[in-house]
Amino acid sequence: MKFTWFNLMPWPHLPDDFRRDYRSVWVDLPSELYDPQKGNRVYNEYMDQLEYADSLGFDGIGVNEHHQNGYGLMPSPNIIAAGLARRTSRAAICVIGNSIALYNPPIRVAEEFAMLDVISGGRLVAGFPVGSPMDTNFCYGQIPALTRDKYYEAHELIMRAWQDPEPFAFDGKYNQLRYVNCWPRPIQKPHPPIYIPGGGSIETWDWCAQLDYNYSYLSFNGYIAGKALMDGYWERVAALAPDESPYRGAFAQIICVAETDQQAEELYAEHMLYFYNRCLHVYPGFSDPPGYRTIKTIQAGKLDQLRAESQKVFTELTWKDLIEGGYVIAGSPETVRERCEHMIKTLHIGHVFGLFHMGDMPDWKVRHSSRLFAERVLPQLRDVWGDWKDDDRWWIKPYDERVRPEESFPGGPRDARAHRAAPEAE
Amino acid sequence: MGEISIETRRGIRCRVRESGEGEPLLYLHGLAGLLPEEPLLDRLSTRYRVLAPVWPGFGEEGGEDRLEDMGDFTLHGWDVLEALELERPHLVGHSLGGMIAAEMAAVNSAGLGRLALLAPLGLWMDEHPIPDIFGVTPMKVPGLLFDDAQQGQMLLSGGLDFSDNQALTDFMVANARRLGTAGKILFPIPNRRLSKRLYRLTAPTLLVWGALDRLLPAEYAARWRELVPQAQLTEVEGAAHMLPLEQPEAVAKALQDFLG
Repeated sequence: MKFTWFNLMPWPHLPDDFRRDYRSVWVDLPSELYDPQKGNRVYNEYMDQLEYADSLGFDGIGVNEHHQNGYGLMPSPNIIAAGLARRTSRAAICVIGNSIALYNPPIRVAEEFAMLDVISGGRLVAGFPVGSPMDTNFCYGQIPALTRDKYYEAHELIMRAWQDPEPFAFDGKYNQLRYVNCWPRPIQKPHPPIYIPGGGSIETWDWCAQLDYNYSYLSFNGYIAGKALMDGYWERVAALAPDESPYRGAFAQIICVAETDQQAEELYAEHMLYFYNRCLHVYPGFSDPPGYRTIKTIQAGKLDQLRAESQKVFTELTWKDLIEGGYVIAGSPETVRERCEHMIKTLHIGHVFGLFHMGDMPDWKVRHSSRLFAERVLPQLRDVWGDWKDDDRWWIKPYDERVRPEESFPGGPRDARAHRAAPEAE
Repeated sequence: MGEISIETRRGIRCRVRESGEGEPLLYLHGLAGLLPEEPLLDRLSTRYRVLAPVWPGFGEEGGEDRLEDMGDFTLHGWDVLEALELERPHLVGHSLGGMIAAEMAAVNSAGLGRLALLAPLGLWMDEHPIPDIFGVTPMKVPGLLFDDAQQGQMLLSGGLDFSDNQALTDFMVANARRLGTAGKILFPIPNRRLSKRLYRLTAPTLLVWGALDRLLPAEYAARWRELVPQAQLTEVEGAAHMLPLEQPEAVAKALQDFLG
């Protein structure tokens, strides 16, 4: 099993009456709610936590991309990832991911991801989401009915840019480039592991299965509700892929660990309710612009139910609902281990994206929960998939001789060596 | 009223509602497509040979995947006109169809008789932003388009029972196809630089506007008149954006007065 420590980077200062006074946490929430001076502390604290997760032994540290969003303050996850690449040298840096249909031209993603892979010494996991309608259509103005087509073209361009040995011309529908020539190139060959985060579009399942990409289901509905969709994915894997390695699948789950179940509620309940009651308050008009979802996905009807339920339920959820519904896995190390094992086995996943910071959790609670998980839960779950123990097809292949930048400092030993080697000035 | 099926030179199959006799009149429908009852077309068919094609994405025939941008839309309009073998027909377009009709006229006014635009989309004024029809739930759309939202809901859904899951899914599919297709020329801002081509619109032109239009307020009618100096403007009382459904009698009269 691989565990990635994820931070959505929410704004922790949304007002108490946010749901009543504002129509949406995403797209058109007023910028006056953001305070850049408080933001200085927020970003640095969140980046510290990701570095702390590396030191605790998590396999990966994860970031993602959202725009104009009160619960996701990473319009450019690559900036955060660049900081992490310089301050860690062990964990995978999981950028899940860049919304490649939004970059003009998307060669920019090939370049920035290559930079991250090189700086980190081959530790990048490259995520390519189609992107939510809020981000893609309403914030970034992409035409809903053409978004997926543009996404596929961007994917083709990036993969060729990483792998074609010579500069080439790309005559796309959305991108025309006479000279595609990606400098630098990624360390990992033929390319960094590709993760496709999905919200349940059924076309994406076939695509991942056919191209041998990891499918990552990111939702806040938890592992019980997530089962129907992951089952749909595994059905397609069985039909299309050469094997059913659990490492083909990843799932995002909110996890909180305390010494006892009772203490978990005392420590974390208010912050989970902050997340569900304020951060997920999205105006329904932004969730489904006509043309974004394919006809096949609408007809499958699975998302409709989830969406309708999520809008209704999230206003009224209590801690008990969150636990019983599987939205949140929380409790003592033993409770969390037991539930995580159940999740891993029922969803058949080799990767967990653990959301350990949620809502307005203070730093010490985040660290407390993360440390308990790393020390007392993670080791118990490491070998759930004994049969697939050596299957690292969807994981990073770091360069052994990589620089460990967090162990150096400007003007320090490496710089001194470089100076000694320099020829004397004439 | 009959229905014929055509295939354009591009290879898109289209159904076309045909009725009446007289000078040919090509009618391009708006955002809702052609409804089972189109009272304006009934009235026009007492004097003209009315041909109303169903735009790709708005009916059972497919083909919308082949229309990707404004150029494709405009040429599809001409392809239909040619497939129907119409000689200089009058061209009438409503809303989305008005935008396409204006683009067609900018390409080739000489190939048309007279042009009538009923609350056409296609322009954008920063000082009068148009409500975002893609950023509302489907249930809120009638209130944006009709003066009487309840009547609008009935007309757009055909009195559908939304508690029936299959009916709801069918409606969502149809809505996604219609507005998804329209979004290719309207999203996120319904401006594909038509204003810079309107100097070529030389056909005699009538603008018809609902006095209660909430989607396109009166400032847009004024802007059209600036850009198409020969255009006359008729305002229709008691109608919002869906004026052909809301006030068919008054719209028919305005068209007949203008088309002769």
